[in-house]
Amino acid sequence: MARRENSDINAGSMADIAFLLLIFFLVTTTMDVDSGIARKLPEKTEDAPEVTIKEKNILDIVVNRNNQLLVENEFVQVTDIKRLAMDFIDNGGGISAAKDGNPGEPCDYCNGAKDPASSDHPSKAIISLQSDRGTTYGMYVSIQNEIEGAYNELRNKLALKKYRRSYKDLLDDYKNNGTESLKTKVDFLKDSYPQIISEPEPIK
Amino acid sequence: MSKFKKKKKGLPAISTASLPDIVFMLLFFFMVSTTMRETDLVIKKPVLPTASEVKKLEHKSLVSTIYVGKSKDDRISGDKIQVNDKIIDIKDIPAFVFAERALRKEEEVKFMTTSIKADKGANVGTILDIKEQLRDINALKISFSTTKGSNLKTNY
Repeated sequence: MARRENSDINAGSMADIAFLLLIFFLVTTTMDVDSGIARKLPEKTEDAPEVTIKEKNILDIVVNRNNQLLVENEFVQVTDIKRLAMDFIDNGGGISAAKDGNPGEPCDYCNGAKDPASSDHPSKAIISLQSDRGTTYGMYVSIQNEIEGAYNELRNKLALKKYRRSYKDLLDDYKNNGTESLKTKVDFLKDSYPQIISEPEPIK
Repeated sequence: MSKFKKKKKGLPAISTASLPDIVFMLLFFFMVSTTMRETDLVIKKPVLPTASEVKKLEHKSLVSTIYVGKSKDDRISGDKIQVNDKIIDIKDIPAFVFAERALRKEEEVKFMTTSIKADKGANVGTILDIKEQLRDINALKISFSTTKGSNLKTNY
């Protein structure tokens, strides 16, 4: 009789306890992925070389403390920036800067209007974003987002034309298995439409 | 009776003894991978702006975060900057980044990213000041932390 009372402890409820704990941790676990707009700040150099840039190669975006926008001295909305920036970057009205001794050449992948009064070449097109100290951060991020969007769309168009794949697809693929050929493709797209964004001192 | 007993012998019940082990294994996995929020915000929780062209931040261990937002006390105006559980002055940002760098390996320093988590109502002036400080010490990779979405109207 005594042996019967000492029979092994029922371990069936062990699973329940463990499940309870498991569910608790499942619920409380937060795998919050931090995402955002990536930017590279320009390096600080002591003696910045004097470069003269033609007015037509700069897209002037000014935003004031009331979150009102001026692009090339015209009052616009945030949603217009993407189209304006794309038109400006993709214009291709002239030739690129001379590189490695080679003379500049016209942009053969641009689909822009080839307007001589707008930017010469994507590699020369500079977007200048002048903000006020009182501008709200949300507005600032929106503008940055639109500019980023313009570049991404242009790169995407070129990627579809040249490689028959979307830019995002290429980037994802490159991240997962970075082969040399993918790297050259991504680099080519980035070099074709390099992001040149200048942010002058804010208006006080 | 004897007939029933025979049948039972032929098909024993599946042992559930290993079930706790499996569950415990899962439990330990989640316990280990769970990260409790390591920073408690002393400023008001920043409402991040929305953006559509977002990139995920890779290498979480190489990211240092700067929070910008309003003070919890409504009487205090202006943007407050918080790093690691305390509110700091703009001038102290380089010190913070240096401290963060000291925790990483030498070769990883150049991959370090500073993530700015700022309230969408914060002033751009504050953000630009932070950027200037980061430029001074060559911490050039930054990320404006946003939530993913396509409705930019909520930003302003």
